[in-house]
Amino acid sequence: MASLVGSRVERKEDKRLLTGKGRYTADINIANQTYAVFVRSPHARAKIKKIDISKALKASGVVEILTGEEIAADKIGGLIAGWAIRSEDGSEMKVPANPPLAKDSANFVGEPIAVVFAESLDEAKAAVDLVKVDYKVLKGVINTAEAMKGETIHDGIDKNLCYDWLLGDRKAVEDAFAKADKIIKVDLINNRCVPNAMEPRACVVDYNTASEEITLYTTSQNPHLSRLIMSAFGGVAPENKLRVVAPDVGGGFGSKINVYNEEIVCSWASKKIERPIKWVAERTESFLTDTHGRDHVTHAELAVTNDGKFLAFKNETIANLGAYARVFGTVTPTYLFGPCATGVYIIPAAYTNVKAVYTNTAPVDAYRGAGRPEATYTIERLVEKAALELGIDRTEIRMRNFPTEFPFKQTLVHTVDSGDYVAGLKKAKEMSDYAGFEVRRKKSEANGKLRGIGVSSYFEACGIAPSAVVMSLGCGVGLWESSEVRFNPTGQVSVYTGAHSHGQGHDTTFAQIAADELGVGLDVVDVVHGDTDKGTFGMGTYGSRSLAVGGIAIVNACRKIVAKGKRVAAKMLEVNEDEIDFKDGEFVVVKSNKKKTISEVAFACYLPGSRDSDFKSPLPEGEEPGLIETSFFDPSNFSFPAGSHIAEVEIDPETGEIKVEKYTAVDDFGKIVNPLVVEGQVHGGIAQGIGQALHENTKYDETGQLITASYMDYTIPRADNFPEFNLGFTCTHATSNPLGVKGCGEAGAIASPPTIMNAVIDALGGQEITMPATAEKVWKACKTMKKSNTKAA
Amino acid sequence: MTKVTIEVNGKKVSKDVPDHTILSVFLRDSLNLTGTHVGCDTSQCGACVVHVDGKSIKSCSTLTVDINGLKVTTIEGLVKDGKMHPMQEAFKKMHGLQCGFCTPGMVMSAIDLLQNKKNPSDTEIRKWLEGNICRCTGYQNIVAAVKEAASKM
Repeated sequence: MASLVGSRVERKEDKRLLTGKGRYTADINIANQTYAVFVRSPHARAKIKKIDISKALKASGVVEILTGEEIAADKIGGLIAGWAIRSEDGSEMKVPANPPLAKDSANFVGEPIAVVFAESLDEAKAAVDLVKVDYKVLKGVINTAEAMKGETIHDGIDKNLCYDWLLGDRKAVEDAFAKADKIIKVDLINNRCVPNAMEPRACVVDYNTASEEITLYTTSQNPHLSRLIMSAFGGVAPENKLRVVAPDVGGGFGSKINVYNEEIVCSWASKKIERPIKWVAERTESFLTDTHGRDHVTHAELAVTNDGKFLAFKNETIANLGAYARVFGTVTPTYLFGPCATGVYIIPAAYTNVKAVYTNTAPVDAYRGAGRPEATYTIERLVEKAALELGIDRTEIRMRNFPTEFPFKQTLVHTVDSGDYVAGLKKAKEMSDYAGFEVRRKKSEANGKLRGIGVSSYFEACGIAPSAVVMSLGCGVGLWESSEVRFNPTGQVSVYTGAHSHGQGHDTTFAQIAADELGVGLDVVDVVHGDTDKGTFGMGTYGSRSLAVGGIAIVNACRKIVAKGKRVAAKMLEVNEDEIDFKDGEFVVVKSNKKKTISEVAFACYLPGSRDSDFKSPLPEGEEPGLIETSFFDPSNFSFPAGSHIAEVEIDPETGEIKVEKYTAVDDFGKIVNPLVVEGQVHGGIAQGIGQALHENTKYDETGQLITASYMDYTIPRADNFPEFNLGFTCTHATSNPLGVKGCGEAGAIASPPTIMNAVIDALGGQEITMPATAEKVWKACKTMKKSNTKAA
Repeated sequence: MTKVTIEVNGKKVSKDVPDHTILSVFLRDSLNLTGTHVGCDTSQCGACVVHVDGKSIKSCSTLTVDINGLKVTTIEGLVKDGKMHPMQEAFKKMHGLQCGFCTPGMVMSAIDLLQNKKNPSDTEIRKWLEGNICRCTGYQNIVAAVKEAASKM
């Protein structure tokens, strides 16, 4: 039987999504539902003096209006930070309370203050305008770099500082810097991005007055984790009375990890008003209140020798958390950032210091790559600059500092189990015709254009899991993943997973894995996810963990099925268990033609009785009936995908317009389950990274108004912003899981911003420019370049 | 309120609608055709694209009363005799969708492109799809799907 793992299998989920039969949260309606619309703070920072709902309550169709007073009185808990990070001095991080409805103060534009429930959406919207909130407007803290000097936002949190974190050895770094031939320095801004999943957040809540069970349909990447948080910290309902369903979800990119105010408020309120509730965000609400990504201000230095050896690295970063610390908010700029900041290189001494600050802006949390794009941008800008300043080819300087032996124990945290960085960069050079670049540059020059080339070599730590590691670093939960595999008596297989697919294609890839393990056809395997009432438990999908953690739980559950099947088959075939081989879905007695298919064995597992000498129980003594197995998988290490990307851009100096002419990506994701799906993940990631590098600018004005809160103002990349990406792969197997797989979902977004920016800066003759490199900025840089060229002449 | 009569996916529908009812709301809420999605409030994202008298339009910025008497085709109306439209097939074959949210609008828009231009170039496809935002695919496999469909239609 040909292996399904490794094949370009078309996706099982596509037919329903292509024919309009997808079922997204906003598609769900429940009889007698009310419509929720939130009253949101128009100010970045204000004291809430008084809320007058009297007029709004009398408006047509209004069912109920609730505020922070009621939710506090009912002791409903707030939103949480999932990771506890300690400062360099050993003190615990400082986290403000984050009530689902702000009661005393509002801390960012869009923060929910009150909620109106009405018979129709129009009536709810009209009533929101009648709620009068009396604010005392305060001066907001907006700017990341200046946040520590601003007024204190949250009582008791001095300098607006959540923590001042250090990873590494300052003294070792200073000693190495003293011996360096040259110090390369960069000052970087990692621009804030809005994730912009195309499906706006939404929730529909149905409270069953008889069973007292709340069913929450929501746009979540991790329904079980959401239920846990809402139950343990929100106190909305005990877990057994709270069902969370994340049906088809239209993209996440990190923005749908968090439990949000609206989900807690609507779940709590549905029980209170004993009516179903529907809430759907408008796009501007999504811009204002979805968690944002990135927003770092960094000064970094690399100590080098004249022959291009890296000696030491230092990184001083201020990370903006926004108004509150959320689930992955505090870990993203620390353990997802610092350990990856030395990149794919041997650097004997290193440290990263991060000061995480609160500001009066939307909370910042994980966004595709989460910390690793920021890390890669920092080191890869330094390395490219080092090559330029030392006069060494940019690929050569990288090769000189790559490790060639694996496992590679990095200076800071990770032991990278496998990789071949040299092979990746060599392949990328070949595929991109790196050697032919100068000819292309001259051709562009002849047309009055500036052409640049940029390289980025990256690695990342993903498949976020090892519970022992993440909990020691401050994670509030273990990050294992679970699966249950049910082999039905009539031959179909249901695979339950705690991972959640919101575009990743788990219905297909997980089915490929299970079908191979069990030797059955793809058509009889169904993957079930996204419902806390179905399947065991799960931590969800983020950090490129679904396959490397969740997929392995499926493998292990399938292997338990086969192990039991073997015991049963042995009894049925009247041989010893060790005389049986399992291959291609058949239990075969070695050196004979006696065999049973796995479907026959499964059927037998459900019929354990004896009738007469012709029908004896197929189950060995003491064996339980049924063929259902569960596995919780907790890997021994992260997975470490890596690769090299090369881009070429062409700039029109008259307009500042940048065209991405070529983009080559060579990645090592270990064993690939479905190349079709993996290529799609890489395309999407690269596009998001190019978006960050060239287009996307999240702009708050000095009063804290988000002035890029719609697609009219926020430049989200369109089809004509990209060239065709040229993909290649190398393969070294991960050793921390039995399939040898590594995560692939975030790599593109990690590698592409420095690749593109290195190319843009190369085209500008080494002139530094910040992301996003918009036409305006580039045009100005071209003018400066022209002036300095004229002077030089 | 105005009484409108519209042919939706080959079936005549007559309903009284408030004059301010937007077509996307009418399709989703009154006819339960939830394959047409709404991804923004500014007619930028294109998730809501449907055909009116065969031409692609953004249903989020069209008043239902304005299309009284016309024919509407939504993503649900493309399947004929249980078979998907060649454009739907091509999206599946080329992995032109991931989360699927932008997909209905993308497919409806792409079909209209091929009605206007039989074998569009990559550049023409990318230019045409400027009004449809996808956050998952980087557009590459969407372009490949449109070309695949062009070769079959």
